[in-house]
Amino acid sequence: MSLNANSARAASRALAGAGEPDQGRQAPQLKKRGLFQAKGATQESPRVNALLTVILSIGAVVMAAPLVWMVSTSLKTKDAVYALPPEWIPDPFVWDTYRRVFDDTYVLSGIKNSLIVAVSVTVVGTVFSSLAAFALAKLRLPGKNAIFLMLLSGMMVPFPTLMIPQFVMFSRIGWVDTLLPLIVPVILGNVIMIFFLRQYLHNVPDSLVEAAKIDGASYLKIFWTMIMPLIRPAVAAQFILWFMFVWNDYLAPIIYLNSPEKQTLQVVIANMNVQYATQRDYPLIMAASVISVIPILVVFLIFQRQIIESIALTGSKT
Amino acid sequence: MATTAPPAEQTGWTKQDIKASRKANRKLHRKEHAWAAAFMAPPVIGWVAFLLFPMGFSIYASLTNWNGLGNMTFVGLDNYTRLIQDPYFWKALWNTVFYMIGIPIGLAISLALALALSRKIRGRTFFRTVYYIPVISSLAAIAILWQWAYNGDFGLVNQALDLIGIDGPNWLQDPTWSKPALIIMAVWKGLGYSTLLYLAAVQAVPRSLYEAASLDGASGWKRFTKITWPMVQPVTFFLVVTNIIAGSMIFTEINIMTPTGGPSWSTASLVWYVWNQAFRNLQMGYATAMALVLGILVLIVTAIQFRINRANEFSID
Repeated sequence: MSLNANSARAASRALAGAGEPDQGRQAPQLKKRGLFQAKGATQESPRVNALLTVILSIGAVVMAAPLVWMVSTSLKTKDAVYALPPEWIPDPFVWDTYRRVFDDTYVLSGIKNSLIVAVSVTVVGTVFSSLAAFALAKLRLPGKNAIFLMLLSGMMVPFPTLMIPQFVMFSRIGWVDTLLPLIVPVILGNVIMIFFLRQYLHNVPDSLVEAAKIDGASYLKIFWTMIMPLIRPAVAAQFILWFMFVWNDYLAPIIYLNSPEKQTLQVVIANMNVQYATQRDYPLIMAASVISVIPILVVFLIFQRQIIESIALTGSKT
Repeated sequence: MATTAPPAEQTGWTKQDIKASRKANRKLHRKEHAWAAAFMAPPVIGWVAFLLFPMGFSIYASLTNWNGLGNMTFVGLDNYTRLIQDPYFWKALWNTVFYMIGIPIGLAISLALALALSRKIRGRTFFRTVYYIPVISSLAAIAILWQWAYNGDFGLVNQALDLIGIDGPNWLQDPTWSKPALIIMAVWKGLGYSTLLYLAAVQAVPRSLYEAASLDGASGWKRFTKITWPMVQPVTFFLVVTNIIAGSMIFTEINIMTPTGGPSWSTASLVWYVWNQAFRNLQMGYATAMALVLGILVLIVTAIQFRINRANEFSID
């Protein structure tokens, strides 16, 4: 049930855009052989490609339209929102809405809280996860495979099944309405990340670690100076995915956070949706939504290659 | 393994030497064991404290009548018999299953997109990025946006339908259209992700297979059903499993777009009902029982899928 490592690598290379010269190299080769020129399977009809481009463009419009509309609505006046037919380019542009978002709502504290949770969880959690993956893949410990299977079983249990007892636990120790219940249970390590890094480390020869041990390097030193540089690309990709997941989480924060100034960004905008819809202040709601999407979007556009590669790999590594 | 002592005859070691070596070996390993245990400790502690313990607690709590604060009164299997007789539970379960219709639809569109994007088309990187943006956007923001887009009078969806002469329904207020509305949104949001995985799989198919097939005179459709489809089957399996698990936990968009469970309870999902019972109605015991049933259902469905997948295992050569 798994693609082999080769095809996975080829896939990620192709996705990263490096596949293009590959295909370029193949095309002239085919021509030289001549045999496939007439009706070769790899020959693409330009007419079909043109048609597909049109279809893909229509699709792209469908995909992008709601998001463009979100930005456009956030810049409209309250009344222009109800214009029929709808205007795509706001007239006039109301930039003041964004000032109101920061001054009059809890969006700023929401960003702060979301950052506290997401950064602390992913930074510390990544260290814990990679240490555990290193130990599981490369160190000796009787029963470590049983430990790994035990950790993996955690992936089978959906969060909703655990949320009630976890809530009760945290309310007993008075952590409700703090960010701690969002941080503590997940900061100790992420099973998906451990799984992925452990797989990745299997490609690293054991002899490397053994040699370092004979040289008298401590285990922490082996981890930091040898393992970490080797797995950095995998760690980076997993880190970004995890960060996005924590940043976008909604169910756990809504359970624990009651006071508006303690809520994370996703809960803040969801509550604004309820509060301001009755006042028909859609530009404000949309502006807050835009703000919640922008940071992740920027991160995605910067790290697009790594993210896409990592997603392609997680899919094929099953 | 690299640190085992060499045989005595070859090196001329004395028995004491070997003993000392073995001792050193054990000592070395003891140190390694300690470090390995220390490195694995955080996730293991997390597993015990936030998974094992809550699970055990859950099983007990599901057998009690309890509001989360006061005493737990043991009621045996009452919560489970109540669950079987609870029409809201069945309705929520039905709604949750209904949402899964979006999975095959989304996968079919994604595979088509991936096949298109695997050709030499101008601007494919651009298309890939555009299709992917909804995936990374926060579900809360997307749900807010689509709630407004589904507005019967001023919403984007009905405006667009107007252009082609269709008078759209008042999506989220209409019991027949509220679930399809949520499905359409979920397909839109998830498309980029499955397209990406399919694209990776499609591009990994060896071209020689297609060349051989076309030499044998296989039609385009044959090449798809006999080569492409079996070759991307692992990705299909992965996507079906992850989508069903994620789909069974659908909550965010339900709670944001239809905070009361939709018109005549047409959108309430299982997790939403659990959440509602636990944190709004403070029926913690009953909600825990439902949450456990949900967890078991997910487990059973996943196990069945793995079974089916094993039966369908094939090899191309």
